[in-house]
Amino acid sequence: MENYIYLIPLFPFLGFLINGLFGKKLGKGIISFIGCTTIGFSFLVSVFIWKYLLSLEPEHRVLTQVLWKWLAVGKLNVEVGFLIDPLSMLMILVVTGVGFLIHVYSTGYMWDDESYWRYFAYLNMFVFFMSLLVLGSNYLVMFVGWEGVGLASYLLIGFWYQGIDNAIAGKKAFVVNRIGDFGFALGMFLMFWTFGSLSYLDVFPKALHMFESGALALNSPVMVAICLLLFIGATGKSAQIPLYIWLPDAMAGPTPVSALIHAATMVTAGVYMVARTNILYTLAPTALLVVAGIACATAFFAATMGVLQNDIKKVLAYSTVSQLGYMFIGVGVTAYWAGIFHLMTHAFFKACLFLCSGSVIHAMSGDQDMRHMGGLAKKMPITYLTMLIATLAISGLPPFAGFFSKDEILGKAFVFPFYPSAGKVIWFIGTVAAGITAFYMFRLIFMTFHGEFRGTEEQRHHLHESPANMTVPLVILAILSIVGGWLGIPHLIGKLFGHVPNLLETFLEPVFEHSNNIVASTVGIHHVPEAAEWSLMSTSVVVAIIGISLAFYIYMVHGKELPKKLAEKYAFHYQVIYNKYYVDEIYEVLFVLPIYYLSILLWKVVDAFMIDGIGVNGPAWLVKKTSAGTRLVQNGYVQTYGAFMLVGLVSIVCFFLYR
Amino acid sequence: MNAPILTYTIFLPLLGVPFILAVPQKGDVGKNVIRGIALVTSILVFLVSLRIYFDFDASIGGFQFLEDHQWISSYGIHYKLGLDGLSFWLVLLTTFLTPLTILSTWRAIDKRVKEFQVSMLVLETAMLGTFMALDLFLFYVFWEIMLIPMYLIIGVWGGERRIYAAVKFFLYTAVGSLLMLVCIIGLVYFHQQQTGVMTFDLLKLYGTKIPRLYEILFFAAFALAFAIKVPMFPLHTWLPDAHVEAPTAGSVILAGILLKMGTYGFFRFAMPLFPQGSAFFTPLIITLSVIGIIYGALVAMVQPDIKKLVAYSSVSHLGYCMLGLYVLTRQGVEGSVLQMINHGISTGALFLLVGIVYERRHTRLIKEYGGIARIVPIYSTIFLIVTLSSIGFPTTNGFIGEFLILLGAFKVNKLAAVLAATGVILGAVYMLWMVQRVFYGEVTNPKNLTLKDMNFREVVYMLPLIVLIFWIGLFPNFFLDKMHTSVDKFISQVKVERTDLNSHHQMARAFLKNHETKVVIAKE
Repeated sequence: MENYIYLIPLFPFLGFLINGLFGKKLGKGIISFIGCTTIGFSFLVSVFIWKYLLSLEPEHRVLTQVLWKWLAVGKLNVEVGFLIDPLSMLMILVVTGVGFLIHVYSTGYMWDDESYWRYFAYLNMFVFFMSLLVLGSNYLVMFVGWEGVGLASYLLIGFWYQGIDNAIAGKKAFVVNRIGDFGFALGMFLMFWTFGSLSYLDVFPKALHMFESGALALNSPVMVAICLLLFIGATGKSAQIPLYIWLPDAMAGPTPVSALIHAATMVTAGVYMVARTNILYTLAPTALLVVAGIACATAFFAATMGVLQNDIKKVLAYSTVSQLGYMFIGVGVTAYWAGIFHLMTHAFFKACLFLCSGSVIHAMSGDQDMRHMGGLAKKMPITYLTMLIATLAISGLPPFAGFFSKDEILGKAFVFPFYPSAGKVIWFIGTVAAGITAFYMFRLIFMTFHGEFRGTEEQRHHLHESPANMTVPLVILAILSIVGGWLGIPHLIGKLFGHVPNLLETFLEPVFEHSNNIVASTVGIHHVPEAAEWSLMSTSVVVAIIGISLAFYIYMVHGKELPKKLAEKYAFHYQVIYNKYYVDEIYEVLFVLPIYYLSILLWKVVDAFMIDGIGVNGPAWLVKKTSAGTRLVQNGYVQTYGAFMLVGLVSIVCFFLYR
Repeated sequence: MNAPILTYTIFLPLLGVPFILAVPQKGDVGKNVIRGIALVTSILVFLVSLRIYFDFDASIGGFQFLEDHQWISSYGIHYKLGLDGLSFWLVLLTTFLTPLTILSTWRAIDKRVKEFQVSMLVLETAMLGTFMALDLFLFYVFWEIMLIPMYLIIGVWGGERRIYAAVKFFLYTAVGSLLMLVCIIGLVYFHQQQTGVMTFDLLKLYGTKIPRLYEILFFAAFALAFAIKVPMFPLHTWLPDAHVEAPTAGSVILAGILLKMGTYGFFRFAMPLFPQGSAFFTPLIITLSVIGIIYGALVAMVQPDIKKLVAYSSVSHLGYCMLGLYVLTRQGVEGSVLQMINHGISTGALFLLVGIVYERRHTRLIKEYGGIARIVPIYSTIFLIVTLSSIGFPTTNGFIGEFLILLGAFKVNKLAAVLAATGVILGAVYMLWMVQRVFYGEVTNPKNLTLKDMNFREVVYMLPLIVLIFWIGLFPNFFLDKMHTSVDKFISQVKVERTDLNSHHQMARAFLKNHETKVVIAKE
């Protein structure tokens, strides 16, 4: 079965080639067919491989395939190879599965676009690179996918490039990601010179061996450095502080793109990378603390920024940044499987939310401002219902998916094995942020679907429910937003229903087994007493309900006057948060402008004036002036020459006379 | 003894010259015949050079296809040619790029077509000779001959300030090479003192024992000649002028091949002939390379002229080549060699692309364009692909080169590697910013509304470059396999004893101490 792994990236690649090269001449029907079926085939292949994987013993669930030797110089020997284990299996199922739904949705959403073919070519290219990222058997292949999805993201953010702002947003995304990739690359270099390989199946066993034999201490500087450098890459790709700034701008792309790339799959690549590297991270607890700390800060600040956005997609964008923070909290506190669990449920409910917002934007003729919406529930019931389900899921209410995954993360943060007290703080902030999440998400629901319609007459006429190729994916994703969480039911609740197993944790167990052993052998795994676990769980539910009630009070009960009043009363705080803490502006002043003016200085002063002016043209000028001076001597007048001769003659005579 | 394939390859371009001279330069027909002859000749050269590809034996570390004839016997000067894993690829790059370049001049060069095409063919001969010569005197002759056609190409067919640029190009290069000539003679003198034999044969001169002071001086002179050609910061200012004034074909050859003469000179002559001198200057050269990478990128970023932007980006890219060469790890050196080829392809392609719009609009200023992606979709797509290659996007050639160089550098000098890696970020900034301003947004200049997309001829000469971009990116081993043994030999030739290296490392540390606190990396 492992011989078929290559088919998963191959299909989208073919789709990309066909649509990219010939799409302009093909009909929209054929383009859609190629675009969707290729991803569909990849999904089917993934399902077959999954079935095969399940038939194997858990400890043998590793499939590899090598396509060709890519790069071999000296000790470096990199193959273009794939590796499927439970972790990459789950990821590829999510990527191709959700990807397929979003492709189908796109056939409706993008139908009227003149560059329909280009859209599907890019989207297929994205899935191709994403599958390389996930399936690669070494860090270099992962890096290819890593930069490749960045390219797809660049092209799709700037898809409507005639609007220069879209193109600028695309460039910003690429450049900020490059800063992250810089760290990722350095991490790879250090890893290579430490372990002599970049392949997962070489590096991890070697690290374990070195740890067990005592050659590598827990928290050794090299390990911390490798992990932190790789994490710089993750902060870029997965939009964490300080590199999250590109993601809100990335909403310039078409909405299905936001759903697929900037919510469900690409931005979770950093989480996948950390989970993939779990053994190294577990050996470097300091790096874990940094990951969890940054993640926690991101989860909180992004949530606060989401509170005051009026653009429906911007709200979801900040919510994505915030939710990614939760995933990193999960992997940061060594609850790797919980991070991945939340990655999966988030892919379902956030894709659903974005696609619903797309449906709304479609109905609003492209308007994204929630202040113009209101009362849409009646006009678009399916969109409303599915979005409500997804919102309940992200708010963390049982039995929706987000509840299980978020709760697992916060519960594990509470007992962060390496830094228990930091874990408590992270749990607290995370729980507060969860309340804020529930608040702004229901603010979105109330402003969009409830109350009175606030848009123009023309928009009111145009309001409609979206066609089936858009609503069917919504319904499927909404169902997944409910049942997706049931794959990882905690033991505590499982007991109540007659020992429902935690399917996902068991499935992922082999990947994280070694890390768990390291934790157990060094600091020991702490278990929360049942009573405490119940209270943690109910705390988060209560916090979510408080958030929802607050949103209900402000935007439903007193929706007409209270939001305005609050904004006036807290004008300063409002401005700061509304402008996203001015982070973009601060970066502009701290980095962008200085580099720009430095470059101008280097060009005009160092290059043109100093090197070229003084250094190069200076000698030339000197030669010219000297020659001009000496030229006077040779002026062609016989008198002058005669005078020189006389002077010379006299000098020689004098020399001999007075010697 | 087989046929002297190298001699055939070198002088075959000249075979086209009499035919070109015989054709009267009258009207379009005459001009097209002249162009056709030049094109056919250069394609023939490429086909002949493919023979070299098939006969090359990668397992041999030394030189192959050796040809050796007495030339001026009283001075021990030989006509000696040979190839190793580096020059092999550079020769193929030359024979590959020349026909594409000639094809690109079909419309661009319309006056003195005959003289231009003759210059191109003479230039090809000189370049091939430079890469193949294994006799210092012969090398020097080819090296200097090369200047003349290039001088003419810039000075006759160039832009407004062509005379200034041509003279600058000539003087800059000549100054460096004259010092080199003096030191070649000095080297031969020392060799004769030791062995009693006067020879300019490079292979015999390798390993000559020279007093340390002289070795350092000789290296400095050689390095100056080559560093000007590379060009290394701060000797680079002839390059932007030469590029901006040169016609497209001149820029392509200049960036694609002539700059490689500099790095090639370090690889073939300066470093292995004077390992002690090379080691002495290693800290300086690594520092200048890193400065060049960052400086070139920053200055490129603020250029208003696309061609000048590409010219400064060359300074940055060649900085990588020098860095890779000087860290003396296998990854670094092979990456450097590959990056030389990559730069020839990517930057050559960029110059060709700039030439395409220049032919149509007679301006290269970024602000004259804007939003043209909608008007010229094929052009934009190809431009984007070449841009990706230039900024080292994985699956393209640029990535492999930069990755190997930085990986190799990281082992030896972490600080240099980290600083050089920032160039990868800056590369994305200046290229994508330019792409954004030229291609995206609304069409701001009405003159661009009627811009014509690439025609068949233009696609024909771009396509091979695109294929190579991905070929090298996806199957780099195809190229690297040919150079492993040569590079190993080079490293063993150049690496000086441990004790010496240590003292230089200390010097390097002292040199860079000020910066060291800024970047925190864990030492292994």
